[in-house]
Amino acid sequence: MPEPMHTEDWQSHISRIEQLARAQGLKYHPVEFEVVPESFMTEIAIYGLPVRMPHWSFGVRYIYQLIQHRMGLSRLFEVVFPGNPGRAYLAKSNSAAENVLVTAHVLGHADFSANNMLFRRSQDQVGEHIVEQAAAHARQIAMAIEEHGLERVELVLDAALSLEQHIDIDQGLRRPRYPETIAERSPPANDEFAKRFASLGPDTARPTHSGPAKKAPIPPHPESDLLWFIAQYAPEMEPWERDIFLAVREESFYFYPVFACQIMNEGWASYWHARLLREADFLPAASYVDAIKCHSDVVRPTATGDNVALATNPYHLGFSIWEKIVESRGLEAARRIMAEDDDFSFVRNHLTHELATELKLFRFKGPATGTLTVQDMDLPMLHEALLHPKYGFGAPRVSAAHIHVDGKLELVHDHVTDGRGLDPERARKVLEYVAKVWRRPVTMTTVDNDQRTVEISVSPGLTPSFTR
Amino acid sequence: MSDNATGSDSGNRTPGEAGWYDLFSRGARDWLRHNDKVRDAVRQHLPQIVAGADVLTGGASTVRVPVKMLEHYRFRLRNSNEQQGVGQGQAKPGDRIGRPQQDSENQRGQGGNEDGGVQYTLEFRIDDIVDWLWEEMKLPNLEAKAGRAKEDDWTREGWDRRGARSRLDRRRSMKESIKRRGVQAATGVESPSFTDDDLRYRQLAKREQPAMQAVVILLLDVSGSMGERERQISKTFFFWAIQGLRRQYRHLELVFVAHTSEAWEFEEDEFFKVTGTGGTVASAGLKKVRQIIEERYSPSQYNIYLFYASDGENFPSDQPQAQIALEEVSGDCNYSGFLEVAPLAGSAPDSEIGRLFVDLARDDDSVGAYRVSGTDDIWNAVRHFFTHASQGS
Repeated sequence: MPEPMHTEDWQSHISRIEQLARAQGLKYHPVEFEVVPESFMTEIAIYGLPVRMPHWSFGVRYIYQLIQHRMGLSRLFEVVFPGNPGRAYLAKSNSAAENVLVTAHVLGHADFSANNMLFRRSQDQVGEHIVEQAAAHARQIAMAIEEHGLERVELVLDAALSLEQHIDIDQGLRRPRYPETIAERSPPANDEFAKRFASLGPDTARPTHSGPAKKAPIPPHPESDLLWFIAQYAPEMEPWERDIFLAVREESFYFYPVFACQIMNEGWASYWHARLLREADFLPAASYVDAIKCHSDVVRPTATGDNVALATNPYHLGFSIWEKIVESRGLEAARRIMAEDDDFSFVRNHLTHELATELKLFRFKGPATGTLTVQDMDLPMLHEALLHPKYGFGAPRVSAAHIHVDGKLELVHDHVTDGRGLDPERARKVLEYVAKVWRRPVTMTTVDNDQRTVEISVSPGLTPSFTR
Repeated sequence: MSDNATGSDSGNRTPGEAGWYDLFSRGARDWLRHNDKVRDAVRQHLPQIVAGADVLTGGASTVRVPVKMLEHYRFRLRNSNEQQGVGQGQAKPGDRIGRPQQDSENQRGQGGNEDGGVQYTLEFRIDDIVDWLWEEMKLPNLEAKAGRAKEDDWTREGWDRRGARSRLDRRRSMKESIKRRGVQAATGVESPSFTDDDLRYRQLAKREQPAMQAVVILLLDVSGSMGERERQISKTFFFWAIQGLRRQYRHLELVFVAHTSEAWEFEEDEFFKVTGTGGTVASAGLKKVRQIIEERYSPSQYNIYLFYASDGENFPSDQPQAQIALEEVSGDCNYSGFLEVAPLAGSAPDSEIGRLFVDLARDDDSVGAYRVSGTDDIWNAVRHFFTHASQGS
């Protein structure tokens, strides 16, 4: 049993831990700590944000989480949100010793999110107050519900949240519409031939406009930023509905770095809580031991001794890679890597053959049911197997390909890159959500198990259209 | 560095002080919304669910319907017939690993199914279901036969200066007191606050009310040809027919009659367990019903409904008698319905008893017959009878 928390003990330690952190070169925005009940921690974990828009799907996750929690499968110590100030929520059930560790861990995260490029780019675009912005979105949606009724708002959220992962992170948060016309190609300046041709006389002057400007196709290329595309180009979407799509998209922009830097970020925070703890000589010996025990629980390989696990612990993986980097190349180099990498480059560049062997990582393969076989150690393959679930939020690659003359939206699935087709039933349901806001038929292509093209089409016809 | 922004306000919260999140759970709110959606989805399939479910046992006032959690769909790749990933631990290339037992056990522990979804049970009040169904299927409410059964009831009517203490009307008495004091003050007499003359008592009077008493007579053929399946269908039909009538009548009495070549009256709990041998003599059952009506339920006092369930095979020699008995009984009833439980789906009832009802129904709106072959048809039967019964009355 953890000892009950003495708020004062921990409070008095915070400033000393911060001093230690800054002395070690951690640079971060101020962090506001708040101790919250576990029920609230659970909700933060489910919604991803302390206050977020209401949707029934969160209720389902909430119940799953409660079931898991009762089975003792998960325990949350802290959740931290980047920003200026950063916000850290600590579970009330943490012991004082655990909270010392958690505080150091939070400072590691704060340092990471203030310096890592992906995080900085996201905060440049989304802003440094995501907690407040998400609360504003929730309020915006509450007002929409009041004005338009729960059913209508829910239809929009059903569609927007089901496409939550389908954004193009390489585009700006606020991106302009496509050009309406194909730009006329201007003649190259200082072209010798053009000069001589022009010198022949006035009759040969090039006509400035060779007719009406050519209309550009929409989209000009397959568009993977589905939330943006639908919000911009849906034929009859109402402004408040577009706003909901854009609010969901904004939150996805915030979530992306959290998702794409998980190994690095958790590893970095774990590295720093371990290091700061070692130097925290002001802690009583008993608390120190408790905190170290907590550390080893969190940063634990999924399998110890002779055991074998079919998963890895990102805390352990990230922590081990960071330790190795600092050990072999120094803190300076580590900080640079922290600022510039994301999980993709981090794992590929720094999970070496030697380290992978030391960590006893292995690739496995086998039929969906039955016995799995351990594969040969092939480092690039190992990297890809680790990173494969992380591309684009781990969602299938679906893009908008074409808007037909009658307004029908055509989506395509890049089954070649994804390796196989979409689950057709789920895809149909998603199209049903989308058709209700697109208000025209929506169709898409993917492949079945034999790589034959499958077309799925949905009309909004059966549902009432809400034009007034 | 002294840049210390360490939760100066919130971090110092004393344990007794509640944050807003102590008062409100968003997770619970969204879960309730999910349940509402499930309820709506279940509602749309209620006729199938309640017809098929064994809802009649134990006289419970609720039905428990197992449901799966709704899935919020996203694009997902189809299940691969191959699995790969990264593991960790003591393993050499070529080692073969069985799947950990634990996984499947966990799923079972969660009440999982093959989709990994959690199943749970929603409880519906039968009253609510009946309301929904009536609304959904646009079923009419039955009306008591006009000008027929009457009953006396007490109604409040006026005030008196004398009466039982319990019917003292304080407000009225106070008004009288104020009026009296107003008059007396004008004449300069000093007046007590209350006198016996101020008191007013509510009075009751006897008034005639249309009768709201009703009796449903359920007549079931329990001859050898009525098997378990036929009984189950009859039972389910009876149940919902009764529920529909309950909406309309405050006091609903039930009479259970079973017959083969003889007829007996039963208590509810025994009624559905009765098995008889031998053939069907419909007139025996109908005569028994007639006898019960004469003895206990005067048509001038009661709204009488008869529902008769049978496979309809009657002895040909009994047909004339059955016809006479039916004509007598139906004359006493607000409505008489025949449920023909046939092995095969078909259109109109064409059994011996069925034909008797159909013939009679041509001239008499208060008689009807409907043929069912499975639990799916029960709702059509309920609709058929109730639509016709409301027109017939």
